[in-house]
Amino acid sequence: MRASLEGEKQQTDQSMDGGLMQMQRRLAEYRNALFKEGILDSQYLQLQELQDESNPDFVVEVVSLFFTDSEKLLNDLSRDLAQQNVDFKRVDAHVHQLKGSSSSIGAEKVKNACIVFRNFCQEKNIPGCLRCLQQIKQEFLLVKSKLETLFKLEQQVVAAGGSIPTVQQPIL
Amino acid sequence: MMESCNCIEPQWPADELLMKYQYISDFFIALAYFSIPLELIYFVKKSAVFPYRWVLVQFGAFIVLCGATHLINLWTFTMHSRTVAVVMTTAKVLTAVVSCATALMLVHIIPDLLSVKTRELFLKNKAAELDREMGLIRTQEETGRHVRMLTHEIRSTLDRHTILKTTLVELGRTLALEECALWMPTRSGLELQLSYTLRQQQNPVGYTVPIHLPEINKVLGRNCAVKIPPNSPVARIRPLAGKYIPGEVVAVRVPLLHLSNFQINDWPELSTKRYALMVLMLPSDSARQWHVHELELVEVVADQVAVALSHAAILEESMRARDLLMEQNVALDLARREAETAIRARNDFLAVMNHEMRTPMHAIIALSSLLQETELTPEQRLMVETIMKSSNLLATLINDVLDLSRLEDGSFQLNIATFNLHAVFREVLNLIKPVASVKKLLITLNLAPDLPEYAVGDEKRLMQVILNVVGNAVKFSKEGGISITAFVAKAEYLRDARTPEFFPVPSDNHFYIRVQVKDSGSGINPQDIPKLFTKFVHNQSLATRNSGGSGLGLAICKRFVSLMDGHIWIESEGLGKGCTATFIVRLGIPEKLNESKFPVLPKVPSNHNQANFSGLKVLVMDDNGVSRAVTKGLLLHLGCDVTTVSSGDELLHVVSQEHKVVLLDVCSPGIDSYEVAVQIHRLYSKHHERPLLVALTGSTDKLTKENCMRVGMDGVLQKPVSLDKMRNVLSELLEHGL
Repeated sequence: MRASLEGEKQQTDQSMDGGLMQMQRRLAEYRNALFKEGILDSQYLQLQELQDESNPDFVVEVVSLFFTDSEKLLNDLSRDLAQQNVDFKRVDAHVHQLKGSSSSIGAEKVKNACIVFRNFCQEKNIPGCLRCLQQIKQEFLLVKSKLETLFKLEQQVVAAGGSIPTVQQPIL
Repeated sequence: MMESCNCIEPQWPADELLMKYQYISDFFIALAYFSIPLELIYFVKKSAVFPYRWVLVQFGAFIVLCGATHLINLWTFTMHSRTVAVVMTTAKVLTAVVSCATALMLVHIIPDLLSVKTRELFLKNKAAELDREMGLIRTQEETGRHVRMLTHEIRSTLDRHTILKTTLVELGRTLALEECALWMPTRSGLELQLSYTLRQQQNPVGYTVPIHLPEINKVLGRNCAVKIPPNSPVARIRPLAGKYIPGEVVAVRVPLLHLSNFQINDWPELSTKRYALMVLMLPSDSARQWHVHELELVEVVADQVAVALSHAAILEESMRARDLLMEQNVALDLARREAETAIRARNDFLAVMNHEMRTPMHAIIALSSLLQETELTPEQRLMVETIMKSSNLLATLINDVLDLSRLEDGSFQLNIATFNLHAVFREVLNLIKPVASVKKLLITLNLAPDLPEYAVGDEKRLMQVILNVVGNAVKFSKEGGISITAFVAKAEYLRDARTPEFFPVPSDNHFYIRVQVKDSGSGINPQDIPKLFTKFVHNQSLATRNSGGSGLGLAICKRFVSLMDGHIWIESEGLGKGCTATFIVRLGIPEKLNESKFPVLPKVPSNHNQANFSGLKVLVMDDNGVSRAVTKGLLLHLGCDVTTVSSGDELLHVVSQEHKVVLLDVCSPGIDSYEVAVQIHRLYSKHHERPLLVALTGSTDKLTKENCMRVGMDGVLQKPVSLDKMRNVLSELLEHGL
């Protein structure tokens, strides 16, 4: 399978060499942009390092886990904050979880928004918390869409027979 | 009017005179009537403003016609023709019409004219008022100018006398005063003393007046200028000549502020208690009165004077303080130099004595030991032995004193170098064995296997401490044995309940060694234990039987141990029950780069370490799914065999001896990870069976670290964990732990 892929690669290389390189370059640029905008931080790179032959889809798996987990947490948060008597302990616990997850992934903006949220939570400032929740949701949706796009680009590159360029450091 | 008749009688009958007069009067009336309009027209033409021209015309017509009527009347005195009568009638009719019209018109006009007059009056009043106000403003401006000038004069100097003198002079000039005086409160506060006057030289300055006069109290109680009677004692500073009517006198208070008052916000109302009094006298016989603006000027000036005085006071104070400080500085400098000289003298002395005292001592000791080798009679031998013992004692004493004095003044520094730790213990053993075997004491040395062979520290002083402690043990034991144990102190042992003030801080390149020397000798009364480390204090019960000793040994040991960031203490259960001396000191771990010292585990690049981890069973506890997945991925990448749990109970269920490492997330709010760690310690009491505990935490604050130390964690990792960090920590742990 690999050999044929190599062969295909060689063929496509000649005819679509420019195309593959272009895709790879686009992928790299897109990824660099994510780092530059502060949406992802170096933790994401750590995740990428962990991906190897024994664990080829590690990043995607972990990120999908993050998405499902976070969506659930955000729903819980919305529900908890809409209560008459807000249980701030629960809210704090949820935000703590979200913060932990996002920092494990390297979703920097989500993590920062969680930190702000926790401050408001400690002050028991409900309007502030709601605002923060909105912010977190926005950041989460942003990082989700960006990562999904990133994965799509990666799939395209792999399908075209190329390999995903690893980045040692974000080129900031 | 005479009726015209047709008689041809002479026209001048008996009342001819009357008619003549009437004739003349009519003529003059007509003249007047004709001239009035002319005059009106003339004057109105002359004046620029006259709004009622139409009225004028009407009036003119009326008057003209009246005049005409009267004029025509002149003809009717004599016989006149019908034409004249007609003309007369026409004139009269016209006159009637015009006069009625004018009368009607005047009804409208006259009120207007009257109101003009009212307006004129009003305007005149207004003008007068404005004039007055202008006058006021001008005076105020003048006053303001005066105040500014006065203030400038007053504030241009910081000298108290100049300020006050200038104030009086300027005030006198501005307000044209006869006399101006300033009364200051005396120290007691009960009297006012005349301090400054403008002109008067006669009354001696120093003339006092009691402060509690009614008018004075009135003035001091209000913050405005108050008129006081001219015969008041404060105003009577001129000789009273009979014919003078003294001018009005005004007094105002001047607050005298202290430095401390400047912190108070509502200055100067509440804070001052001392006031000076400024008395101003208008010239006598001038009938001048104090005007409001003058009083205001006086008040403002008084305030400014207060400020200027306080500035002057502050300046004086700060000058004084500065002088004082300079004096103190000089004195301190001198003292310091003297102290330095003393220290230098002491050091010189010590240096000299060091050498001078030791040389003879060494000579004595050396020669007496040589003497011992020669042939001696038993008495001689006894004598030589005594000499040896005494001189040894003396040598030790000298050394101890010199050492201690250097330790005391902080000029002592440890010689840090890498040395063989095991060798030190062996040396001590060798040194002490002869004495011990003479006393038939059994010495055992136990070095823990994890005790590094090499350490960084002051070898000589460490040996001194060990030797001292062991020496004491041997000295005070008559029988039995001495056991010496040394091991590396782990976190949980470092924090002893008996030494709560000792806060050892383990770090990456240091370790704490704990040495315990147990003897089965005579023991120490627990009450005497605190005194042991006090220098020169000798335990009475021991003094009787011991072989001397300066009492400095333990004091010096304590100093050395403190210098090595450690702690030393002695425990004993009582007399006859032996005693245990323990000390902990911090030693450095020598650099691992030196291959010759560490052939086994040099600092390896990452790939090698992966081999060490393969199959390593690791247990991860984290309640956050994503973090769990990431950590698991990390460890899998390193080749470990990973199990994950999400709660403390699950962990305790799953943990087994096969797990070598347990990673605990300590910042999950729902799990008490510290409790879990304690449980694990309890489950695995033997050190080597227990898995290594590593805490994963998001925060690195002191509290977290303390808690981790408290429950006996072997390591702490900060989230988010990188691959390299995990690798390093695992390799370190495994090196040390296994």
